[in-house]
Amino acid sequence: MINWGGAFTLFRKELWRFLKVSIQTILTPVVTVLLYLLVFSSVLSDRLEVYKGIDYVKFLIPGLVVMAMLQNAFANSSSSIFQSKMNRNIVFMLLAPLSNLEIYTSYVLACVVRGLLVGAGVWITAFFFESVWIHNIALVFAFGFLGCGILGALGLIGAVCSEKWDHIAAFQNFVILPLSFLSGVFFSIHTLPPFWEKVSYYNPFFYMVDGFRNGFLGISDTDPTLSLIVTSAFFIAVSIAGLLILKSGYKLRE
Amino acid sequence: MTPAVKVSGVTKIYGSLTALDNIDFSIEQGSFFGLLGPNGAGKSTLINILSGLTQATQGYIEVMGHNVKSEWRKTRMTLGVVPQELAYDPFFTVREMLRLQSGYFGLDSSNHAWIDEILFHLDLSDKAGENIGNLSGGMKRRLLIAQALVHKPDVVVLDEPTAGVDVELRRSLWKYFRKLNKKGQTIILTTHYLEEAETNCDRIGILNHGRLKAVEEKNKLLNRYPYRLLNLRLPEGSEKNIPEKIKEKIVSAENGDICLRLHKDKDKIGDIMEELHKANVKFVDLHTKEPGLEEVFMALTGKEND
Repeated sequence: MINWGGAFTLFRKELWRFLKVSIQTILTPVVTVLLYLLVFSSVLSDRLEVYKGIDYVKFLIPGLVVMAMLQNAFANSSSSIFQSKMNRNIVFMLLAPLSNLEIYTSYVLACVVRGLLVGAGVWITAFFFESVWIHNIALVFAFGFLGCGILGALGLIGAVCSEKWDHIAAFQNFVILPLSFLSGVFFSIHTLPPFWEKVSYYNPFFYMVDGFRNGFLGISDTDPTLSLIVTSAFFIAVSIAGLLILKSGYKLRE
Repeated sequence: MTPAVKVSGVTKIYGSLTALDNIDFSIEQGSFFGLLGPNGAGKSTLINILSGLTQATQGYIEVMGHNVKSEWRKTRMTLGVVPQELAYDPFFTVREMLRLQSGYFGLDSSNHAWIDEILFHLDLSDKAGENIGNLSGGMKRRLLIAQALVHKPDVVVLDEPTAGVDVELRRSLWKYFRKLNKKGQTIILTTHYLEEAETNCDRIGILNHGRLKAVEEKNKLLNRYPYRLLNLRLPEGSEKNIPEKIKEKIVSAENGDICLRLHKDKDKIGDIMEELHKANVKFVDLHTKEPGLEEVFMALTGKEND
């Protein structure tokens, strides 16, 4: 039997939480990304052409949109769960008749919603710089959903395993940030030296960014079907890991 | 009748520490049960196992006939836990938090009237729209109690519910807990205030070093203690005349006030008075005191002579 009402309440509570501080959770990331755009568009727009016939700013916008989505999806679950652990109010959720799957799904879906809201905000305001229309909406949603789901799940895992804010920050700065910066947000991996180009194919974030960009531009570094397969597989793997951690009760239930 | 709580052979081991050692007891439905013990006795571990926050190394617990581990969803529906720590979510108001907590249990807006009723009984109605972070410690404590009651549980666990609470609020909380108990809810209480347990509980369990030292009806437990206390106030300088045989029974002596511990069957107060009279020990006042839970607790936990 599934506690639909309980799971929906937890999902709603997570949405409510970030919407109550929407300046910090929605507006700030949008402004941050716009600053990136401002700098890169004024410095590089005339000097770089990644794909033939596509302006650099046009190339950059989908990458920045998805990077903001991924980072905010991670921030949502990691900060919410870790803060609840520190305040010890996580006990209210643990005492409730909610299964691990219900808890996992509620948190991850809330991350997806925040990611999509931030992504939409960045995309819409980026029109001040360049009009980038969606080429394939299914691909945009598929990669947006899976990418935010993956990062939401990683945020959950990171928060459960961490004992200090320092641990969360380390995970974000030494794992999430490098993987997202080196995923082809700012460049095509074909412009990299052969060794680093090969390494990039082992970065799962590359497939999320590349597939998402294909949804906007209709062109990408690799086949979007392959990207979808890799991203889906990564989502499944991360979900299994997240559920196993919740099931073990690690750092939550003794 | 199915017991409200059945603890069967529960052992919890943390590395080399045995926090609970083969604990067995039951709590009848409608009981007001006091679970007592010094710090580190294993009370919190037992409550955490009961509420699903910790897993037992061995043994099991049932709540209203449902196994805490295999039927966790049913047991959590029947159990309300008031945690010891003042935990709260700073993002929400009092009413929002209670409605969310109610929602976790799958309850819809039809439960909102009950939430308002709890707010009224716990004197929180005028704080319903207040952010929890702005509440005083006493109000946060009452909110924790409200959160434990939103789903109308059959069994309510109160883990140190009056810690850090002023006298007036403490009285009103006890009144409310007794009311809940009279309506049929089973109450399990852990507290360091032994007089509160003595006043409110009908049954007492005492844990010490992870072992169950006693589980009995309160009156039977109090009768198990074979001593009574005799307090004497002596004029200055009389203490030195007290015969050695009586000196052995002194448990405290301060500024002429001495307290003797007398065996209910073996020591006759008349004989003691006669011996003191013979030794020319005068006294200006005397009274006897029947043993309370504190004396029983001290005797069972081996802290009598601390």
